[in-house]
Amino acid sequence: MPKIRIDNQEYEVPEGANLLESCLSAGLDLPYFCWHPAMGSVGACRQCAVVQYQNEEDTRGRIVMGCMTPVTEGAIFSLTGDKASGFRQAVIESLMLNHPHDCAVCAEGGECHLQDMTVMVGHRDRRYRGLKKTHRNQYLGPLVHHEMNRCITCYRCTRYYRDYAGGTDLAAMASHDHVFFGRHDEGTLQSEFAGNLVEVCPTGVFTDKTLVGQYTRKWDLQSAPSVCVGCAVGCNTVPGERYGKVKRVHNRFNAEVNGYFLCDRGRYGSGYVNSDTRLPYPGMRGAEGRFTALNHHDALAEFERLTVGRRVAGIGSPRASVEANFLLRSLVGSDSFAPGVSEQEQPSLQRATALMRSTPARVPSLADIESADAILVLGDDVTHTAPRVALALRQSVRNRAYELAADMKLQPWQDAAIRNLAQEQRSPLVSVTPGSTRLDDVAERTLHLAPGEIAEFAFAVAAALSGGDSAGNPEAAAVAQMLRDARRPLIIAGTSLCEEALLDGAAAVAGALVSREADGTRAPMLSLVVPEANSLGQALLCGDDAPDLATLTARAEAGEIETLIVLENDLYRRGTGEEIDRLLDAVTTVIVLDGMDSATCSRADLVLPAASAIESEGTVVSMEGRAQRYYPVFVPGDERHSSLYWLLCCLKAADHKHFVDINHVDEVIAACASAVPALAGIVDAAPGGSYRSHGVRIPRQPHRYSGRTAMRANISVHEPKQPQDEESPLAYSMEGLNRDEPGSLLPFVWSPGWNSNQSLHKFQDEVGGALSGGTAGARLIEAAGPTTVPEAATPSSIDAATLELIPRPAIFGSDELSARSAGVRDLMPDAYLELSVADAKTLGVEAGDGVVLGGSDTAFEVRIDPSLRRGCVAYAPGLNGCIGLVPRSGVSLSMAPDWKRRDADLIARDGQEGSLS
Amino acid sequence: MWEAIRSQLVTMWTILQHTFTRSETVQYPEEKPYLAPRYRGRIVLTCDPDGEERCVACNLCAVACPVDCIALQQATKEDGRWYPEFFRINFSRCIMCGMCEEACPTNAIQLTPDFEMCEYDRQSMVYEKEHLQIAGTGKYHDYNYYRVAGMAIAGKDKGEAKNEAPPIDVKSLMP
Ligand code: SF4
Ligand code: SF4
Ligand code: SF4
Ligand code: SF4
Ligand code: FES
Repeated sequence: MPKIRIDNQEYEVPEGANLLESCLSAGLDLPYFCWHPAMGSVGACRQCAVVQYQNEEDTRGRIVMGCMTPVTEGAIFSLTGDKASGFRQAVIESLMLNHPHDCAVCAEGGECHLQDMTVMVGHRDRRYRGLKKTHRNQYLGPLVHHEMNRCITCYRCTRYYRDYAGGTDLAAMASHDHVFFGRHDEGTLQSEFAGNLVEVCPTGVFTDKTLVGQYTRKWDLQSAPSVCVGCAVGCNTVPGERYGKVKRVHNRFNAEVNGYFLCDRGRYGSGYVNSDTRLPYPGMRGAEGRFTALNHHDALAEFERLTVGRRVAGIGSPRASVEANFLLRSLVGSDSFAPGVSEQEQPSLQRATALMRSTPARVPSLADIESADAILVLGDDVTHTAPRVALALRQSVRNRAYELAADMKLQPWQDAAIRNLAQEQRSPLVSVTPGSTRLDDVAERTLHLAPGEIAEFAFAVAAALSGGDSAGNPEAAAVAQMLRDARRPLIIAGTSLCEEALLDGAAAVAGALVSREADGTRAPMLSLVVPEANSLGQALLCGDDAPDLATLTARAEAGEIETLIVLENDLYRRGTGEEIDRLLDAVTTVIVLDGMDSATCSRADLVLPAASAIESEGTVVSMEGRAQRYYPVFVPGDERHSSLYWLLCCLKAADHKHFVDINHVDEVIAACASAVPALAGIVDAAPGGSYRSHGVRIPRQPHRYSGRTAMRANISVHEPKQPQDEESPLAYSMEGLNRDEPGSLLPFVWSPGWNSNQSLHKFQDEVGGALSGGTAGARLIEAAGPTTVPEAATPSSIDAATLELIPRPAIFGSDELSARSAGVRDLMPDAYLELSVADAKTLGVEAGDGVVLGGSDTAFEVRIDPSLRRGCVAYAPGLNGCIGLVPRSGVSLSMAPDWKRRDADLIARDGQEGSLS
Repeated sequence: MWEAIRSQLVTMWTILQHTFTRSETVQYPEEKPYLAPRYRGRIVLTCDPDGEERCVACNLCAVACPVDCIALQQATKEDGRWYPEFFRINFSRCIMCGMCEEACPTNAIQLTPDFEMCEYDRQSMVYEKEHLQIAGTGKYHDYNYYRVAGMAIAGKDKGEAKNEAPPIDVKSLMP
């Protein structure tokens, strides 16, 4: 580690870092704008100027940019010298020449990096008396608000949007001091990661549009560490609440998972917590079929009456916590507990779980994925099934560039230089999917095959890798060669196509790679995408023998089930309407615990309102097998309680022998860990409720939280005691210390002088590195030793003459909860079916026509996707109208009678928005 | 010693003199003292010179308040203005320190010379926006925040605020 001198003080700094990073890591405040820990340096803003001296004798020194200066042994710098601080003051003064007088009405105010840096530098008065330049704003869609006047031209936005996230429709435009950051034409930003602009832009140019209409300053937000339940990636988040409403979601840094960025489903998908379809009170269906509201004591009594001593079965949910599922499973018995996924999905999910646990390859974290240097994607369009993985893959294809840079002795943070050097050279990514994907622009090769064919292809690659004959499949041979040449090859497959053979194929490829690499210099990785936040946890809990919905239906029809308890699950999204009706008709009593009204709730006899993930504590297991804990951000209102509470009360009422002494979340977690060996590690996901940081709790509210004596004064002027948190180490108040706690307990970031999210570096030992308190989560699956590699399996296939229904999930719409959030709802398309050109021709339909699926009478709009494999009909699960479609079933299509085409104009405009400028 | 006696006498003399000055104490409430406009009493929300609600719901008064007795929620009007959907002051907590007024960037919140706010019921000390908002400009007659801010609202487009140049035509290549 080189030693450098800054203002006559010696510092030991990390090798290969730049001076700005080193200063920040050493706790020195050096202002900056354009540098970003995840995006490196370009030296555009000139804010991080320091003076560098040649040697001891040099007294003049010269001004250099901290972010562009590598630290070398013995280098001498000054941060505080007049020359450096005068320069920095001049820079910020010029940045502020045209800055509007907007802080009061700016959604960045109070967490604005520009405010912080202005104060840090000491600039106060605008001396220039000329007119201020102004810009017009653009409409950028329902998620991101644009206010261009506030721009300081640091270029972070375009560097993030184009270079990091691969977007094409946001750019720097115009010339000289007219530069404008926006789209060519107004319209919705096309990237699925556009929301990160809100956090990346150091000013209020890009702000969260869903927040601006119900704005709360950062200092007034109550927040707690949470985990996104939008998909199985398990990104760490910080939702902020005020007045009982979730106002916004920010990223919570996790070095091994989401790093600095979320996807837009995660950032904007929490609005469901405020939705008016939320259930406030328990409801009991009376004789006349209507629900009457109950208080929670009566509801519990009813719950117990309908459960205890009866023949009960339970259906869990992959979107509920491990603990809630565990309690329900304990209540009904493991033979009567279904994991709550569709019949088509359950075998794939079980298979994926088994493969992850047995594969000798590493099941990678997102950080591992970013380090891959050859990638084979099988089946999934990850941008839509596990969005944040796609953003990570966009970084892994850059590993080629970093290799080239290393040869030239360039440091990884020298962003512009490395991009210039590599140009279009990328690490290879091959995508084998039924149709085009959002990653095609960085893919070296794309193949469009039907699900069964993808599985066969995977086995061909595996055969080629183990030296078998692949003469019949040159593509497979080429892919095998690509993987063989790589140091860190990565195979990604997913359950979205409901094809077990495909998962086997992926595992076979990964297995073949491992058996080739006995020397240990290479680290093959196998990542299997599962659908929901806790799908993997659910599979680990249930094991392979859990009954599926069909089994439960059969047993119900045989009269073996009196009461069916459904946990946080809308069954009508898990099967066809008739199937679910049959199940619910066959049982005497249906009890539903859920947060929101749903088709299943309408069939229930007793509905218990469950708190959302943002209002409760629980553990979920992500697709890499990482158990992560989320904590309540605020106390749920009305009569809502966490599912865990309802179920634990019921278990105690039933005098269940294991639960009489269990009263605390931690005890439930411990009971679950000891009862289910596969989940033993969940205890380590986060510290228990008795943890204290420096002897005190961790506050959920920033120390400037305002309005405490007025917030609820309209209800009563007598202020109640702050709610007490009996469960977690966090406090529902501003008292305590947000310092030195483990990463899994970080409620928000703030540090004196650093009000914006840039204060994160004060919580890291090394800027950009892991949190000082350790990375959140505990991995439950670590690479097993060499095991048997799956044999070539026969993929499920249907009659070649019929069309096959292929699920092609959509980031906005396929997830049940986020689809109920305002911003996401606006981006959800109407239901459609996608056809290949050839199939459309055979059927005689064109884009915009209507078709009906054989037998049913719902009509779908036709879209034609030239990339789609012939014989596949794709639909987006979860969209209104697509609910109840059976994945991978054979279908016949016919023209819809009396179909009205959508306004041609509208289609044309949509098309135009899609074609990126 | 003599010095001390002198001091005593001077003091007594001074006090004696006060017997003949006019008393500052008045027979309140029959008689009311003059309170300067800057006096820190009951808080109001004012309007700008055009008669529009001044408060932009920036939350600065709330955060400046040492007893945390101001709570409000921002919302956006049709015309683009930010405004408080509700604005509440719990006067049973307020210490009339005037920090809110000092923090307010729009001159919306002002303290007035009215201090007579006694109530039998503490709950009546909770004032909502309709109790706080007045129609006039209060002490500051000319200031209109939106005339100097860069945010466009109906009737004031980009480039029309004080000291602003017309919006840039980004498509132009002229220097
Ligand atoms: S960007 Fe920052 S400095 Fe500029 S108006 Fe907004 S809060 Fe104020
Ligand atoms: S819009 Fe924001 S991120 Fe982009 S250049 Fe301007 S200030 Fe920087
Ligand atoms: S939806 Fe998935 S990828 Fe997106 S933020 Fe949530 S967990 Fe991450
Ligand atoms: S400081 Fe002024 S403008 Fe801001 S919320 Fe308070 S009264 Fe309104
Ligand atoms: S941060 Fe160094 S020049 Fe911008």
